[in-house]
Amino acid sequence: MRDVAALPAPGLRPKKAGVAMGYRWAVVSRALAATFGGYALSSAIAAGVGLALARSGSSSVDAVLWATMLAFIAHAAAALWAFGCANAWRAWLGIGIPAALLGALAYALQGAAA
Amino acid sequence: MRPDGKPEGLRQSMSWLHTWSGLLLGWLLYAVFFTGTLSYFLDEITDWMRPELHQSVPGPQTAALAMATMQKLAPDATTWTINLPGERQTAVEASWRKPGAGAGRAGNQRVQLDAGTGEVLQPRETRGGSFLYRFHFELYAMPRVWGRWIVGIATMFMFVAIISGVITHKKIFADFFTFRPRKGQRSWLDAHNATAVLALPFHIIITFSGLLLLMFMLMPWGIDAVYNGDTQKYFAESRGRPAAGAGEREGAPRGGRAQPAEPAQLAAIAPLMAAAQARWPERGVGSIAVQRPGTPGATIELREQGARALVRGGGERLLFDGVTGAPLTPPQARATSAAQAVSGAVIGIHLGRFADPALRWLLFLSGLIGTVMAGSGMVLWVVKRLPERRKLGRTPHGHRLVEVLNIAAIGGLSLATAGYFWANRLIPVEIAQRADMEIRCFFAVWSVGLLHAMLRPHRRAWLEQLWLAAIAFGTLPLLNAATGGVALPAAMLRGQWGIAGFDLVVLALAVLHGFAAWKLGASASLAAPQRNASGAGMRIPRPVAQSPEKQA
Repeated sequence: MRDVAALPAPGLRPKKAGVAMGYRWAVVSRALAATFGGYALSSAIAAGVGLALARSGSSSVDAVLWATMLAFIAHAAAALWAFGCANAWRAWLGIGIPAALLGALAYALQGAAA
Repeated sequence: MRPDGKPEGLRQSMSWLHTWSGLLLGWLLYAVFFTGTLSYFLDEITDWMRPELHQSVPGPQTAALAMATMQKLAPDATTWTINLPGERQTAVEASWRKPGAGAGRAGNQRVQLDAGTGEVLQPRETRGGSFLYRFHFELYAMPRVWGRWIVGIATMFMFVAIISGVITHKKIFADFFTFRPRKGQRSWLDAHNATAVLALPFHIIITFSGLLLLMFMLMPWGIDAVYNGDTQKYFAESRGRPAAGAGEREGAPRGGRAQPAEPAQLAAIAPLMAAAQARWPERGVGSIAVQRPGTPGATIELREQGARALVRGGGERLLFDGVTGAPLTPPQARATSAAQAVSGAVIGIHLGRFADPALRWLLFLSGLIGTVMAGSGMVLWVVKRLPERRKLGRTPHGHRLVEVLNIAAIGGLSLATAGYFWANRLIPVEIAQRADMEIRCFFAVWSVGLLHAMLRPHRRAWLEQLWLAAIAFGTLPLLNAATGGVALPAAMLRGQWGIAGFDLVVLALAVLHGFAAWKLGASASLAAPQRNASGAGMRIPRPVAQSPEKQA
């Protein structure tokens, strides 16, 4: 947290303005990954895992509850990943790839039922 | 998350995340925690705010008197529901539905009855504890859906802040036993750590269940996918009924409904109450539900007060024939699956609806600890940046903003809450729309708190608001006794623990605010002379050599 105290406030370090701007954009990018990427991932989990559980014999109510509880935990985990990983690109990849895979799974399972 | 882009450890980045996810919506989360904690005493607050009910003292005849009154008030109703007084309620709350009444709560007519005489009481118009409870998850003066979304998003921030906070503190349990008083920043950090760790399971459960409570809005995609968008079907199945019966309401007629049969006298309630009392010696009867009173098909259902099991929600029920008084078989309880048990248990803790008094006080205390955790975290943000500020020789605008919002969110909210209770007694009873006026007083006091925080020097603003809140809370029991309520000693003697509990809680809040103000005042003598007014506030810690793990 001491790092945070050293975080350049606006106009504080005009010499390093370029560095600070890049840093700012990285923070914005990670925050977007955590918020919207995280929500996409958790939605894909709620739908994909829910359908997978329901199709594999668990009751529909249980499938929904387990999947939704997992989805909330996954969103929090995605936020931790977004700010814990080495750079903003990894933040997007680490959240986007599983979200896409689970979304595809949900789509396939829903298609199979219809 | 270093600005220079150099690599850093997980703990550092989690510390950054903890700081900012906690601060950004911290003021809102503080208000959610504070009003939510008070909502554990929702019924007690509502009772206290209606002093007209305070003279109602339950006796052995309460159920019979209430039934007799209902016979007079609503002989042709389709159902009666009579909530008997208990630990949390001092009067009888009775409601009924006329034939053809609208669905839901809107179709109910409701009165308060004196438990000792059965007479209809006329309590003052107030939103009572419901206002604080609704504010806790819907805020105010905006569409409910907006409020719920805002609180839901804040809850996710809280969830992230808790987990990143745990990761940040490698020595979390060692830290718990560390408290270094009068050490400025260190003391704030220790207080934040201790309150976080002390009730950590509670904080996690309350946050997670908060998300689950809003899941139909925040995360409907599971239901959407599995049920193909048929949410009603999910609700029906989760209540253990076949989907076909989704339209059927609980307690729907068992016999023929609308047969215009000859009137039939209801069975006497006393023997049924005695039978139920014998079966539930500890908790007794919580409510009476009468279906089709005055007809041959009448039934009387007695429901147990509270419940023993957290997971299984409602307590036991006994069903009787309404005319003969003969016992009927109540519907069988259904089995609970593991998923429902997990979500049911965490939601049960969050709502605390069926908690007995000891558990309720424990939940209240945990909520209070959570409130202190949220507040101390926000103050810590300011205190941590004092050395930087001293180096600069001025207060950056961002720091000043956080200072002002901290005072308004913490001190101002306490003042607003106390003001709401004061307004409840000071606004004349006969005035029109007085319930809205009480709420307007709440927000008016809160706004004045914000204004005061902006205009006064930082330290002074804290001290004045905390002392005033201590006085305003501490004098509420006197105000209660002076404006028609039952005084604290009398309430305790009569066993009206709901009302006495309110007075005791506000006294405890007064002590808490007084203590905080006193500590802050005491640290003044130690504080270094301040350069500017707005910077004067928290004691500036002397530079201390920090061990590496303490930087987190």
